[in-house]
Amino acid sequence: NRNKVRIATTSLAGCFGCHMSFLDMDERLVALLEHVELNRSPLTDIKHCGPCDIGLIEGGVCNAENAHVLREFRDNCKILIAVGACAINGGVPAMRNHFHLRECLEEAYVNGVGVENPQIPDDAELPLLLDKVHPIHDVVHVDYYLPGCPPSADEFLKVLGDLLEGKEPALPKNLLHYD
Amino acid sequence: MGAETNTITPNTIFIDGQDIPFNAGQTIMDAALAAGVYIPHLCHRPGLTPHGSCKLCTVDIGSRDVSTHDSDRRVQAKFSVDTDSRSVSACTTPAVAGQQISNNTPALNEVRKTITQMLFIEGNHICPSCEKTGDCTLQAMAYHLGMLDGHFPQFFPRREVDASHPAVMLDRDRCILCELCVRASREVDGKNVFAIAGRGINAHLIVNSPSGKLADSGLETGDMAAHICPVGAILIKEHGYEVPIGQRTFDLHQVGEIGLEEVILAKVMHTDE
Repeated sequence: NRNKVRIATTSLAGCFGCHMSFLDMDERLVALLEHVELNRSPLTDIKHCGPCDIGLIEGGVCNAENAHVLREFRDNCKILIAVGACAINGGVPAMRNHFHLRECLEEAYVNGVGVENPQIPDDAELPLLLDKVHPIHDVVHVDYYLPGCPPSADEFLKVLGDLLEGKEPALPKNLLHYD
Repeated sequence: MGAETNTITPNTIFIDGQDIPFNAGQTIMDAALAAGVYIPHLCHRPGLTPHGSCKLCTVDIGSRDVSTHDSDRRVQAKFSVDTDSRSVSACTTPAVAGQQISNNTPALNEVRKTITQMLFIEGNHICPSCEKTGDCTLQAMAYHLGMLDGHFPQFFPRREVDASHPAVMLDRDRCILCELCVRASREVDGKNVFAIAGRGINAHLIVNSPSGKLADSGLETGDMAAHICPVGAILIKEHGYEVPIGQRTFDLHQVGEIGLEEVILAKVMHTDE
C-alpha cells in the first residue's frame, strides 16, 4: 500500500524489551497496521532498511555492527527516534563503561567461572566491541526521544499517533518515566 | 525580645505578579515556600544553611514586566540592554521589598531543564538499575521539567563506591554535590562525616575519617545525613526495591508540592534501623 507510513525498527545493544513493549499495544496493533507497514525490523524478514518515514532504534551502540546498522537507518529514515533508556543514554549496558574492555572480555572468556578452552573470540566475522557503550546520539542525529526502560505501549501509541497525524510528538507528564 | 519582634516588618515581594509577604532575613526561597509557591530546587532544605550549588532555583529579578519573560530568554539575554534584570539563586538571595521576580516561566523552566540535563550526563544516572528510582528528587525534577533526554554527551565518569559501612553505602556515580549530607552532618548532629574535595569536574564527596572510608566514620543510620540524599548516592543497605511501582514517592506526589520533605523522610526511614 503506497499510502501507508513506512516504519523500520532495530535493536542495537538492546534487550528486545522495547520491541516487546511495542507489541504490548496488543489489539491496538491491528488498527495501527491499517496506517503503517513495517520495513526492516526483527518482526519482518527484510534484511536492509529501505526508504522509510520513521526509524525506531532500541539499544545503545556497543560494537561496530551497531554503528553500521545505525547509520543505515539514519540514511534511510526521515525521522529517527531513540527508543528506551539504552538508546538515550547507554542504559544498563553502559555500566560496563566503568571497566576497561579487556577486563570485561577476560572476565567473560578467560577467567570466568566454568570457562573451558579460554580464549577471547577473534574471528573476523564477529563485530569488534567498542571501547565504550554509547547513546545513539553520539553517532547520528536523533529527531525524537522516547524514554523508559522500556517505554510503555501507551508511549509508543502517543508518539506514533502524533506523527501519523502530522503533529509534533509530545509526551504527557503521566507517561514520562525513565525506569 | 519584644523590641526585636517589632523590628521584623512584614513586607512584600512579587513572584510572577503574585504578592508574597516576607519577614526580614528571609530569602526569596523562604518567602516563596512559606506562601506555598514552588521554586524548583535540589540543594535547598529548610532548616539547613542555603548552599546555592544546584542553580535550579534560578529566578530573574527585574523591573521588566513579567510577561516579557515569556519569549526566548537566551535571545533576550543577547539583545536586551535592560541592565536592571538579573538572574539569581532564590535560595541565597534575600527578599527585598518590592522585588519583581519571574519564576514559573517557560523560559526559566527551559534553563532549569538544561541544568538538570547537565546533572544527568555528568554522573552515571542509570535509573532502570537504581534503587532510588521513583523516590529520587533529581528524577522527579526531570519529569517536572519534561526532560526526554540528556542532550549532551555522557561523561561516563569512573567513581569509587564505598560499601565499607555495615548499614550505609555510598555510590558516588549518582552524587550531585548538593552537600545536603555535608550540611546535615555538620549542622544537625555535629559529626561532620562528609565533605566535598577536589576542583572542577574532579569535585567529589569524601568521608572525613582517617581511612576515608564510611566504616571508619561516626555515621549511623539514624542520622539525618544518612537519609537526606535527594538521589541514590547514599543508601541504607538491604532496603532497595521495597516499595511497589505505583506507590513510590513520586508515583503519588509531584516534586512541586510544598512540604514534601516530611513525606520523603517517612519513606526512607525503616523500622528495623
